[in-house]
Amino acid sequence: MASTAPRTAARRALIALTVLVVALGGVLTGSVVWGDGQTTPKLGLDLEGGTQIILEPRVTNGQAVSAESLAQARDIIVQRVDSNGVSGAEVTTQGESNIVVSIPEIPTQAVRNAISQSSQMQFRAVLAIGSGIPVPTGSPSAAPSASASGSASPSASPSAGSTASPAPSASSTQNSAVNEALTAASPSPSPSGSASASASPSASPSPSASGSGSAAPSGPTDLAWITPEVQQAYDALNCADPKALETVRDVAAEPLVTCSEDGSTKYILGPVAVSGDKITDATAGYQSNPQGAVTSTVEIALTFNSEGARQYADISRTMVGLPSPQNQLATVLDSRVIVAPQFNEAIPNGRASITGGFTLAGAKEIADQLKFGALPLSFEEQSSVDISPTLGGEQLRYGFVAGLIGLLLVVVYSLFQYRMLGFVTISSIVVAGLLTYLAITVLGWAQNFRLDMAGVTGLIVAIGFTADSFIVYFERVRDELREGRSLASAVETGWNRAKRTVLIADGVNFLAAIVLYLLASSSVRGFAFTLGLTTLIDLLVVFWFTHPLLTLLTRVPFFRDGHRFSGLDPRKLGAKKRSYAGRGRFTPVEPSAPATEGSRA
Amino acid sequence: MSTSFSDFGNDLYTGKRSIPVVAKRRSFYLGSLVLIVVAVLGLTVQGLNLGLEFRGGSEFRIATGSTPSDYEQTARQAVGAAEDASGVNVTLVGTNTVRVQTEKLTDTDSQQVRGELAQAFGVPEENVSATFIGPSWGASVSGQALRALLIFLVAVVIMLSIYFRNWKMAAASLVALVHDLVITVGIYSLSGFEISPATMIGFLTVLGYSLYDTVVVFDKVRENTNEAFANGRMTFAQAANLAVNQTMVRSINTTVIGLLPIAAVLAVGSVFLGPGVLVDLSLVLFVGILVGAYSSIFIATPVLVSLRRNEEKVVDLEKRALRHQTKKAKDAGEAVPTSGDAAAPAASVAAGQVDRVEGATLTGRTVHEYARSGPRNQPRRTPKSKR
Repeated sequence: MASTAPRTAARRALIALTVLVVALGGVLTGSVVWGDGQTTPKLGLDLEGGTQIILEPRVTNGQAVSAESLAQARDIIVQRVDSNGVSGAEVTTQGESNIVVSIPEIPTQAVRNAISQSSQMQFRAVLAIGSGIPVPTGSPSAAPSASASGSASPSASPSAGSTASPAPSASSTQNSAVNEALTAASPSPSPSGSASASASPSASPSPSASGSGSAAPSGPTDLAWITPEVQQAYDALNCADPKALETVRDVAAEPLVTCSEDGSTKYILGPVAVSGDKITDATAGYQSNPQGAVTSTVEIALTFNSEGARQYADISRTMVGLPSPQNQLATVLDSRVIVAPQFNEAIPNGRASITGGFTLAGAKEIADQLKFGALPLSFEEQSSVDISPTLGGEQLRYGFVAGLIGLLLVVVYSLFQYRMLGFVTISSIVVAGLLTYLAITVLGWAQNFRLDMAGVTGLIVAIGFTADSFIVYFERVRDELREGRSLASAVETGWNRAKRTVLIADGVNFLAAIVLYLLASSSVRGFAFTLGLTTLIDLLVVFWFTHPLLTLLTRVPFFRDGHRFSGLDPRKLGAKKRSYAGRGRFTPVEPSAPATEGSRA
Repeated sequence: MSTSFSDFGNDLYTGKRSIPVVAKRRSFYLGSLVLIVVAVLGLTVQGLNLGLEFRGGSEFRIATGSTPSDYEQTARQAVGAAEDASGVNVTLVGTNTVRVQTEKLTDTDSQQVRGELAQAFGVPEENVSATFIGPSWGASVSGQALRALLIFLVAVVIMLSIYFRNWKMAAASLVALVHDLVITVGIYSLSGFEISPATMIGFLTVLGYSLYDTVVVFDKVRENTNEAFANGRMTFAQAANLAVNQTMVRSINTTVIGLLPIAAVLAVGSVFLGPGVLVDLSLVLFVGILVGAYSSIFIATPVLVSLRRNEEKVVDLEKRALRHQTKKAKDAGEAVPTSGDAAAPAASVAAGQVDRVEGATLTGRTVHEYARSGPRNQPRRTPKSKR
């Protein structure tokens, strides 16, 4: 019975465990010494303090959000957060539709705005264009006087004068005439929300030409959108300043003063002419000439849905006849102009092609952005949690204290129940704790795993689950002792039976952890992860530590002879002598079970 | 106590003492049925107390060194300065944290209120945490949790059916699981404990635990019943009942050890921290583990026996076992078990266990002196099945 094979295996397992612990310790030390690792686990925001914002896409009538577009949205939000100078922020997708932004500090309003701002694509008519850097002498007083003169204001503005061509009265007339047709055709550009815009231009540039008699701008390309306020904002805008656009007011029905993405050009744009949710597809590629041969010009091909196609046809028909820069249609994403190409011809079929000296890679990126902007992915804050570091620290401290108390209670109880054997439980829990600590800390360094409050609770709960494996095992060993086996044999037989129970029970637990981790939301994930991790560590400890240790202890006289306090005293366990039943089977004393179940057939 | 507890364990193992779990299963079914009805009634009448996460709103927590006695007034004034004071809920959480719940505030308002609160309580602004939760948050979390639960159940049924090679064991575990779920939810509805997303996580864990516990008991049931099928000495019900008794000590120890750390967290958390992830989770785990331990002993195995009762194999085993037991009893010149015997333990069920004098077993070759010198044995009767 007491062959050497189990003991050799036991020693090997213990050595393997030691190697594992040393290796994990080595990785941890290495990460601290040579990397950016730390000796304690990385903490989640709810423990460390910080903000977590969960963004949910605003989806119309239950439309599904594709994983691709969500990933793109994530990338864009990462860019936005980074550009706001927040360090250590994490942006992750959660489930199939949400985006979680975790910031290790409490962010300013500007950062918040930047994160949850709409990322819809828009097409707006260019009203005026200028160099991105303002001319220092550009006095605001020039603007009112310009508008009072009745001519288009950009022409009077010194800063825009270089590029913006003056709008002659002839074109102004033509402009508004077409605009009337456009207004009749498309209901979308309503200037209703722009109280300030309609009130101020008392000296509208086209009062005589507009047949409507109203002073309000009558179409997306109407220069009347340029009110003194707009002009003033435009003059003051410095696109070289990265913070210049933080305060920009982006309202669909109002004109927009903004910069190009690279900051080199600034624009006054009309209200939204076609909104990006009407784009059905955008692809980048080489343009083909009418003969079908591929040219070297890179183009972005857009496809609109029927409503978008109609609006796009209208605006292109209007704009083809306008002088530069008013024949440019700006593509706006996140309030910045991506590209503002000119119309060379009207595009009636909703298949627009944008060219303009793109590289293929650049065009692809823009096409992606266009496509992305075309998806109904504007985000709404689903929840936002600011945790003060004080509160988080307090939670952690009490959680830690509670864990220690719980552990102590478990220690007392196992000593009470299992006497010296209880120390095997305790040392196993200590080993499991050590492994868990190392694993979590290393994962924090390598995989940026953060321990949050739910995770801490998971760890505390795991004490109970881990201890259960030992209880199942010990009870089996005791059962075997009761049947009259020697300790060494009881440990082996008991182990062979307990092993299966421990495996299937931990299997159920692990399955639960995996399903929770994969399917539930982020707050559940921390818990599921620690549950899964501790289940694995539990298996490891039972197989590589507890069982080997017990195997080796069977040689120790204290346990072998069944000392009163060993927890394995056969006399106390009521072991039956001489119960060998032949063929290697020990007959348990047969129970008087019949009495418990009626003998009804 | 320890000695008697280990004696208790020994007796349960050998079958000297037996808790008639399977025989009395109708009582346990009835008890659970009553609990379930109460739970469902509570749920329909009272509903669940859903937390802020499900209703939507804003919450502020102020960590103060020492809470002023007029904290409620102070908080109301501070919030009232920025927001209409109606619908503002101020509570003291733990010993030194004030929780202020308001209706949904905009970001700007929220920042402002945060500043006002910090000022009113004379703490730095980073001691105030602000939470805004849209009403869809809780719903989406629960939706995901529910989906995870369904997939988990399907996966577990497949896994257990393969492991036990018997779908009825998987089915019985599921019955126990649903039982735990309904009763835990019922306890939540009747007690009015608040349900937060952390509670949802806890529910899911409880279900995992319930299955885990049932699996451990079933593993022993399978071992015993396989043995019974092989040697025909015990009926299926007897073997299953013995398994429950043999794992009883494990179940008690596991439950106690599982509950100890959770109880510690619950106590520390509710005294010092108040409602939060820590307390919500530990509360639901505490309730759930208790219910789960109960169901894996008193519901799962009896249900399994009920499910398999009419199987040909099981009926056949019962006949064989009774034949064997009758023969054994005759050999020993002892009482033959009859259906009338079931009445004797029934009387002591209230005490939770059935004491049997040593040696008075059917099989015991060593008969207790008391039995030997006692009153003459009952006249032999053929078992009911043979009559």
